[in-house]
Amino acid sequence: MAEIKNYTLNFGPQHPSAHGVLRLVLELDGEVVERADPHIGLLHRGTEKLFEYKTYHQNIPYFDRFDYVSMMANEHAYALGVEKLLGIEAPERAQYIRVMYAELTRILNHTMWLGAAALDIGAMTIFLYCFREREDIFDFYEEVSGARMHAAYFRPGGVARDLPEGLLAKIKGFTDTFEGYVDEYETLLTENRIWKQRTVDIGAVDAEAALDRGFSGPMIRGSGIEWDLRKTQPYDVYDQLEFDIPVGATGDSYDRYLIRVEEMRQANHIVKQCITWLENNEGPIKVEDYKLTNPPRATIKDDMESLIHHFKFFSEGYHVPKGEVYAAVEHPKGEFGVYIVSDGSNKPYRMKVRAPGFPHLQAMDYMARGHMLADVVTILGTQDIVFGEVDR
Amino acid sequence: MTEELTQKKEGAVSEYASLQEKFADAVTIEQGLDCPLVMVAVDSIVEVCHVLKSEFGFEQMIDLCGVDMSEHPDYIEGSPQFEVVYHLLSIQHNKRLRVKARVGEREMIDSVTEVWAAANWFEREAFDMYGIIFNHHPDLRRILTDYGFEGFPLRKDFPLVGHAELFFDEAEWRCVYKPNKVENRVLIPKTWPGVDRG
Repeated sequence: MAEIKNYTLNFGPQHPSAHGVLRLVLELDGEVVERADPHIGLLHRGTEKLFEYKTYHQNIPYFDRFDYVSMMANEHAYALGVEKLLGIEAPERAQYIRVMYAELTRILNHTMWLGAAALDIGAMTIFLYCFREREDIFDFYEEVSGARMHAAYFRPGGVARDLPEGLLAKIKGFTDTFEGYVDEYETLLTENRIWKQRTVDIGAVDAEAALDRGFSGPMIRGSGIEWDLRKTQPYDVYDQLEFDIPVGATGDSYDRYLIRVEEMRQANHIVKQCITWLENNEGPIKVEDYKLTNPPRATIKDDMESLIHHFKFFSEGYHVPKGEVYAAVEHPKGEFGVYIVSDGSNKPYRMKVRAPGFPHLQAMDYMARGHMLADVVTILGTQDIVFGEVDR
Repeated sequence: MTEELTQKKEGAVSEYASLQEKFADAVTIEQGLDCPLVMVAVDSIVEVCHVLKSEFGFEQMIDLCGVDMSEHPDYIEGSPQFEVVYHLLSIQHNKRLRVKARVGEREMIDSVTEVWAAANWFEREAFDMYGIIFNHHPDLRRILTDYGFEGFPLRKDFPLVGHAELFFDEAEWRCVYKPNKVENRVLIPKTWPGVDRG
């Protein structure tokens, strides 16, 4: 009889369903995965080193480039962290704008996830549907910040600028139709026999393992743990908004799909509430301490003090009191946290980014064991991995 | 503000009193800006983590990172160079905790992978970036840097531009490393408030 040996397969880095640059060394027994060893770091850009050489203001755009499909959610964590160190709080209008954009970002992320993960499994149409809605949100991004993706819009102390005229009406139009679009996605997938065959009972994680392996976000909620930082440790104005947290039961890929779809609906609901508030309330959109934020452009023309503040803010930056702080937000992928150590100067002494994808990908080996080779792609998809944040 | 902080500090100390009792000199409890901070002697880190997980309900290790303290204003010459910082989260009590251990360049720290499986990659990253060696770690390889990378990039004595550059060698038909000729530019110097900058 011929000797049967395990087969080692190199998956990626150039593979369309490797979600960027994942190299996965798989040990296979026939078609069954015995061990999965992810090799990460192919997108490592040394951002944490760069942080230490840039001022707090210069560091904002780096955050867009962590999880490059949910840009503003990353900035949110950074803005909250620096605010905590400075001991300031953004004005209420700024908080509402931030929450509104954070939730639009959640939709942005989940539509990207839904499209890409379904495409990995073989559903082509959904990808095109999802990208249609993403385009609308990119327009909102562009209108408010000038950039379609890397917005650098959330700043410590508020947001960069107020909403342009007419934008709220456009976002309102989007939220009115979006609910129907989510129904469209669901008709394509939720009761789809092939989709169910590919996701039900694939990559199931029980609650205990999910805790032990540092899961967060939809991954931990899929395993039946009610945990959402927006509810449990609310930041900005989340405590004044009404929304529900979907929780799964079995912890498999299908549950996580249902959770993310429901989160899109809830995000849409939150955006609607924010629009109502923003339509009826005016106010400042950043802290009016011009040592920490830049003064309005118009005042620079005739006010000496403003000119000095403007120059100082953009050249030297601001000094952040000595101390250390950890700030986390409920990012669309899980808990995105920033640990900032300040030595009192204008640059962070050490800044560590806690990316939700990092522990999720770590659990790849745990989740893929005993599954078929084709399911590895499903599991990778269900984890919602983006390499910008995993490799940093 | 200060009154509030002292109150919080007393709260934190009393909350973790049993931990203090159990480990006596090995732990010090303080109140940080956002959550309590437990300083742990490097030898008892694993035992303290076991107790924190089983008795204080910290089921999740959210983050682990190294910090190179050698250029920090509070750094005392001769004390351990690195800090290993653990961020713990208790889902049942809705609480966060920061645990710190100081470790020197030539010292080792025990791995907490036996307490939380999530620590595995985080410890590999701390090793990759700072060269902190975690004892009893199941698989302590580099994780983020290139295969065959030399040096520990997040140490303060490692230059921002690095030591080596990657080139494609036509003759050998492969990628080769050459010493780096890039010079480090500083556009905005690091400044402290109230210091005269001329």
